[in-house]
Amino acid sequence: MTELNALTCHELIEKIEKKESTAKDIAVSLEERIKAIDLLINAYVRKDGLSLSRAVTESSAELRGIPVSIKDNICTEAINTECCSKILSGFKPPYDATVIKKLKAAGANILGIKTNMDEFAFGSSTENSCFGASHNPWNLDCVVGGSSGGSAAAVAADEAICALGTDTGGSIRQPAAFCGVVGLKPTYGRVSRYGLIAFASSLDQIGPITKDVRDSALITKVISGHDPLDSTSVESAVPDYTQVLGREIKDLLVGLPREYFVQGLDAEVKSALDEAINKLKSLGAVFQEISLPHTTYAVPVYYIVATAEASSNLARFDGVQYGYRAQSQKQKAQNLIQMYKQTRGEAFGEEAKRRILLGTFVLSHGYYDAYYLKALKVRTLIKQDFDRAFSECDCIITPTSPTPAFVIGEKAQDPLKMYLSDIYTISANLAGIPAISIPCGFSKRGIPVGMQIQAKPFAEDVLFQLAYAYEQNTPWHKMKPKL
Amino acid sequence: MSIDKKTLDYVAHLARIELTGAELEKLSFQLQGILDFIEKLNSLNTENVACTSHILPLANISREDLGKDSLSSEKVLENAPQKQGVFFAVPQVIE
Repeated sequence: MTELNALTCHELIEKIEKKESTAKDIAVSLEERIKAIDLLINAYVRKDGLSLSRAVTESSAELRGIPVSIKDNICTEAINTECCSKILSGFKPPYDATVIKKLKAAGANILGIKTNMDEFAFGSSTENSCFGASHNPWNLDCVVGGSSGGSAAAVAADEAICALGTDTGGSIRQPAAFCGVVGLKPTYGRVSRYGLIAFASSLDQIGPITKDVRDSALITKVISGHDPLDSTSVESAVPDYTQVLGREIKDLLVGLPREYFVQGLDAEVKSALDEAINKLKSLGAVFQEISLPHTTYAVPVYYIVATAEASSNLARFDGVQYGYRAQSQKQKAQNLIQMYKQTRGEAFGEEAKRRILLGTFVLSHGYYDAYYLKALKVRTLIKQDFDRAFSECDCIITPTSPTPAFVIGEKAQDPLKMYLSDIYTISANLAGIPAISIPCGFSKRGIPVGMQIQAKPFAEDVLFQLAYAYEQNTPWHKMKPKL
Repeated sequence: MSIDKKTLDYVAHLARIELTGAELEKLSFQLQGILDFIEKLNSLNTENVACTSHILPLANISREDLGKDSLSSEKVLENAPQKQGVFFAVPQVIE
C-alpha cells in the first residue's frame, strides 16, 4: 500500500471523506518521512525538535486538514520566517500572510517548519541558503534548482503533500522542473503578496508546487483573489480551475517561440520537448512557430529591474526592528550608520550583497538613465512580444530550463552563468503572464526534464487544461525517486 | 561603463553594507562582468518606447481614511534586537 505521505491532496481528501484516514494520520506519516530522509535532502530548515503531528487539527473545510509546506519567505504567525538569511535569524512574524490565512480558512494545516530557499530568493539552485544547499531527490549530487528548491524537493521526495513557493524570475518553475513536480507561477496580481517578504515587487508571485496538475488547480483556486492589503492584487473573479481538467485540447493553438529552441539548449531537454510536442499533437493541439524577438534581452533587463527593486526592498533589514544586529553594537555603539553597515555587512550572504550593490549602482545618480530607465523601456518591448504572440495563439510551450539539474557547486563561482539558467522563465515575470512547469521526461542519467506552458494574463485555466491533458497521457507524474 | 573599487566602495556606503578588502576585490570584478553583459541593451534603439515599471494598469488605490485594528506595541517589539520601554533602541543619533 502506498504510504499517505506519497499521495496527492485530492487523493487524501477522498480518503478523509471516506473516513479511511485522518489529517493526523497524514501528519504522522509526513513526520516519519521527514525524520527518515531529510538529513539527505535538506528540504526543511530549523527542523530540530520537529513535531508536526501534535498541532494538527481535523477540518471539514475543502482541504480537510491536509498539511501544506511553506517557503521560508512567507510569513507564518509565531513560526520562524527567516528567508534562509542570517539577517532575519529568530524572526517570528506577528501575523500570517494572506495566502496562509486563505489556506487555513480552506482547512489546511500549516507545517511548523519551513522549506529551504536561496537567501531572499536570490538564486537558481538553493545553494545560497544560510542553512546549506538542498539535495536533489533524483540524484543527491545535483542541485534542486531555486529559489523555491526546498519546496520542490520536499514535494518530490514525498516529505510534503504540496507546498507554496515564490517566483520572481522562475523560482517556482525551475526547481519544479529540476525535481520532476508541477510548479505554477500565477498571473501578476492573481495572488496577494501581503506577508510575503518582498524581493522584487513588480515581479514576485506566490504559487503552488504539487505532485500533479489537479492539486495545482486546487491550491491555486484557494490562494487566489483580491486582497485589500495588497494594492497590486486584482479584483477579478477566481474561477474553479478544477472544472477545466479533462476538457479536450483539440484545436488549441500552441506557439513555439523560435528564439527558445536555439544553441545552449541541452540535447536531452530538446528531445524530451520534441516528444512532448508530438504527444500533444496526437491529442489534437495545433502547433505553430512564433517569434519573441526580444528574448535575448530578458536576462539583462531582469538583472537590472530585479536588483534595483531588491536593493530598495532590503533596505528595511538594518538591525533595528527584527533579526540580527551586529554583536559589537549591542554594548555601546559609536553611531547608527556604523551599526547599519556592520549589521548588513556581517549578516547578508554573498549573493545578497552582490544583488543589493548592483541594484544600488543601477539606481544611483549618473547611472539611472543608462541602466534602470533603459531596462524599463526594453521591458515594454518584451511585454509587446507576448501581446503579439497571444493574438496568434492560446498558449506558448518552451523548455522550463535549458539543462536538467546541474551538479552542486558547478555554477556557484560564476554568477553570470547561474543567471543564464533562468533564461526561459524570466520573461513571464517581466510580462506578468502565468506559466506552469510540468514534468515531461528524464535525462539519460535519470534527472527530470520540465516543460513550461505560458498563457496570457488570467488564463491559468488554459494552462491547467493543456497540462492536465498531457499529464494524464504520460507516465511522468507517477514516477518517484528511489531514496 | 566600469565599476572600479572606488566606485564600489561608494555604492557600498550608499547601500549601508560594510565590505572587507577581499570582498571589494572579488565583487568589483564580478559586477564588472555582469555590467559588461548588461551593456547588450545598448544595441537596442528605445527612443520612442515608453517605460514599463509595472505590468498592471493600476492607478493609485485609495480607501476611506478610517481607523482599523493594528498590532499592539508589545507584539511589534517582540522581534526587536534591542528595546527600551515601548521603543526600538538604537545607538545614539545626535551628539
